[in-house]
Amino acid sequence: MRPMAQIAMVMNLDKCIGCHTCSVTCKQAWTNRSGMEYVWFNNVETRPGQGYPRRYEDQEKWRGGWELNRRGALRLKAGGRLHKLAGIFSNPELPEIKDYYEPWTYDYRNLTEAPLGDDFPVARPVSQLTGKPMKIEWSSNWDDNLAGAPELAEQDPMVQRLREQASEKVKFSFEETFMFYLPRICEHCLNPSCVASCPSGAMYKRTEDGIVLVDQDRCRGWRMCVTGCPYKKVYFNHRTGKAEKCTLCYPRVEVGLPTVCSETCVGRLRYLGVMLYDADRVTAAASTADDKALYEAQLGVFLDPEDPAVRSAAEEAGIPHDWVEAARRSPVHALISKYRVALPLHPEYRTMPMVWYIPPLSPVVDALTGTGHDGEDLDNLFGAIDTLRIPLEYLAELFTAGDVGPVRASLGRLAAMRSHMRALNLGDPPDASIAASVGMSGTEIEEMYRLLAIAKYEERYVIPTAAVGDARRLEESALPDGCSLDYEGGPGMGGDGPFGQDSGRRRLPLVSVENFHVLRRRQTTDREDT
Amino acid sequence: MSTLLWGALPYIAFALLVAGLVWRHRYDKFGWTTRSSQVYESRLLNIASPAFHYGILFVLAGHLVGLFVPESWTRSLGVSEHTYHLFSLYGGTAAGVLTVLGIVLLIYRRRTNSPVFRATTVNDKLMYVVLLGAIVLGMIAKLAHTSGDGYNYRETIAPWARSLFTLRPRTELMEGVPVLYQVHAVIGMALIALVPYTRLVHMFSAPVQYLFRPYVVYRSRDPRQLGPRPPRRGWERTDA
Ligand code: HEM
Ligand code: SF4
Ligand code: SF4
Repeated sequence: MRPMAQIAMVMNLDKCIGCHTCSVTCKQAWTNRSGMEYVWFNNVETRPGQGYPRRYEDQEKWRGGWELNRRGALRLKAGGRLHKLAGIFSNPELPEIKDYYEPWTYDYRNLTEAPLGDDFPVARPVSQLTGKPMKIEWSSNWDDNLAGAPELAEQDPMVQRLREQASEKVKFSFEETFMFYLPRICEHCLNPSCVASCPSGAMYKRTEDGIVLVDQDRCRGWRMCVTGCPYKKVYFNHRTGKAEKCTLCYPRVEVGLPTVCSETCVGRLRYLGVMLYDADRVTAAASTADDKALYEAQLGVFLDPEDPAVRSAAEEAGIPHDWVEAARRSPVHALISKYRVALPLHPEYRTMPMVWYIPPLSPVVDALTGTGHDGEDLDNLFGAIDTLRIPLEYLAELFTAGDVGPVRASLGRLAAMRSHMRALNLGDPPDASIAASVGMSGTEIEEMYRLLAIAKYEERYVIPTAAVGDARRLEESALPDGCSLDYEGGPGMGGDGPFGQDSGRRRLPLVSVENFHVLRRRQTTDREDT
Repeated sequence: MSTLLWGALPYIAFALLVAGLVWRHRYDKFGWTTRSSQVYESRLLNIASPAFHYGILFVLAGHLVGLFVPESWTRSLGVSEHTYHLFSLYGGTAAGVLTVLGIVLLIYRRRTNSPVFRATTVNDKLMYVVLLGAIVLGMIAKLAHTSGDGYNYRETIAPWARSLFTLRPRTELMEGVPVLYQVHAVIGMALIALVPYTRLVHMFSAPVQYLFRPYVVYRSRDPRQLGPRPPRRGWERTDA
């Protein structure tokens, strides 16, 4: 057993209202720079829908993730090492920016400066790639709320797969359809194919918290990681020529704060916490032959922090005590392993993703109440889960490689929670058989309710800081292994070059001066001479 | 003049190459990239870039063999002068043609595709002038001397190139060399000097280590640094 710790996320899809606040705040924090106009580390897509970039789930085209070779061993779907190097001069599976969408701005100046005339002046869209006027034809959420679904959603790779397998059509007529929102960030996988695809070795998984990052100084722009990630969550900054991706907001997480997208989530649907897992078991689990068994296989990789053997092994492996304690209180661990309501997104990509989802019960409840039934009655709900095959199978394509079993079980528990809690709220004694029918106890259901519905800030985010772990390390050594100010860009930065400290680095961003200029420019941009 | 071109210039070019690489490695790792333009356009690039690169890598290998492997070595391997020159002529020309086709297509793409053109810096343009000049003049020089076995640079240019290592360059060897070859050599040295200061620097980071490392890389967080960092290049605030 080789325990490692991972900061993981769970999103409760029932609560997502599709407001895109997470996307916008993430963009403001991380990708509001030129070269990154088309990039959304966090995007919210309406499903069924094509997603962002368009049809990214079609791995026969984009070749992301892992597959099993004839001997049953893992291999990058885009080809092995030699294959990669031979094709490095041009990566045939690289999405173009237009597969995401062509970024644009508006010619706002025309609004105020157009000469007097009979027509209202308009601000025309201008492409940020060519600088020329353009027609807006796609974006990161063009098919939001099923816009254009009758034509567009047919192209959803999952809808197509469903049609092949179930020989049944997902209907997009207004009365018959269903939809939900799927916010997506990097999965910070346990078996990251992006890292495995990087020829330079610039991408890495951090040992302390499992965050997957790109070393900007080592990235050489070979752009293989973009293809490697099946979720298309590594992006190419076309101005700097380097790959960038969701950082899990590590500067915040390190000091115990939730990520920007979690913090600003209006629906309070995100959970962050520690998962302990056995690094020795990852490869074997990812090589499970049957796609549908991958969900169970990944559950088998996680360690139970309540197990004393696990706890002592974790401490031996150098995982700080407060991390182990955080793992015991981890909401993510509870939702994934204890209540088993959260499911991984596309386990069949074999990257062992670590952002999991609680499938939405709302399409089912909506359908029930729409037909005049009681959407909180357990029998009705159970019946509906089974009769509404299409939503169920669609969810299964997303979360369990097509196996409806775990999705039904998860929805069943959510349905049981609704009935159980209704009884409580009406002052009736809850029917114990309800909880039992989904393999839970009444108290467990109430605890789950507290986590999912009350969702207190401190219970949603249980993030141990990096500093406490470090403090222990410092305690243990009488002398730390370097000057504590001696980090890059720090005041004691060791080893100045021959040309002095600032040579070639463009440091000294005197913030007040910089802000002064920024503000001045902003306040005077409407003037011709600036 | 002869001393300057054949005695000093090679050392200047080499010094600029090494100094540039060291400088880049020390102060500008962030700028060390291919600056791939494939996200703008990939249809033409899928043809042009492999054609050019396979061509130029073969040409590069040819130059190394031609300049730094003495005749006596190849002869002792049993390769006759005639076979060597036939190989050099046909192999070299084939690779050269591939390279030229590739680079012409690359430049055409750069000029005509507007996002790619907008992402082209002055530095790129200068690099392309010198690179294209070196390649085209090399091809012309080679094709202008095809009579018999072609021009036998292994008795003039190559010994001169090797003499550079002894720090006693035999500049007199270069004096009788045809002008076309002389110009090609000078542009070539300029190109070598330019490499670290342009996007061409990417050739020095060819990722062969990828073949030998484990797939998933783990790294520890820098334990001395927590929370926010000072802004890095490319991560500054925007103000527009
Ligand atoms: C040693 C191995 C080399 C590798 C792995 C390599 C790889 C690459 C890659 C990945 C690109 C980016 C293509 C794109 O996506 O836009 C590129 C561009 C380029 N490379 Fe190389 N290269 C190598 C050697 C060379 C050499 C020896 C030269 C010339 C002397 C060269 C000249 C160029 C040029 C001019 C471009 C720009 C192409 C454009 O117009 O976009 N490369 N190279
Ligand atoms: S989801 Fe994130 S960690 Fe996983 S392969 Fe993609 S970029 Fe890498
Ligand atoms: S974790 Fe941070 S970087 Fe990643 S999607 Fe959320 S806000 Fe963006």
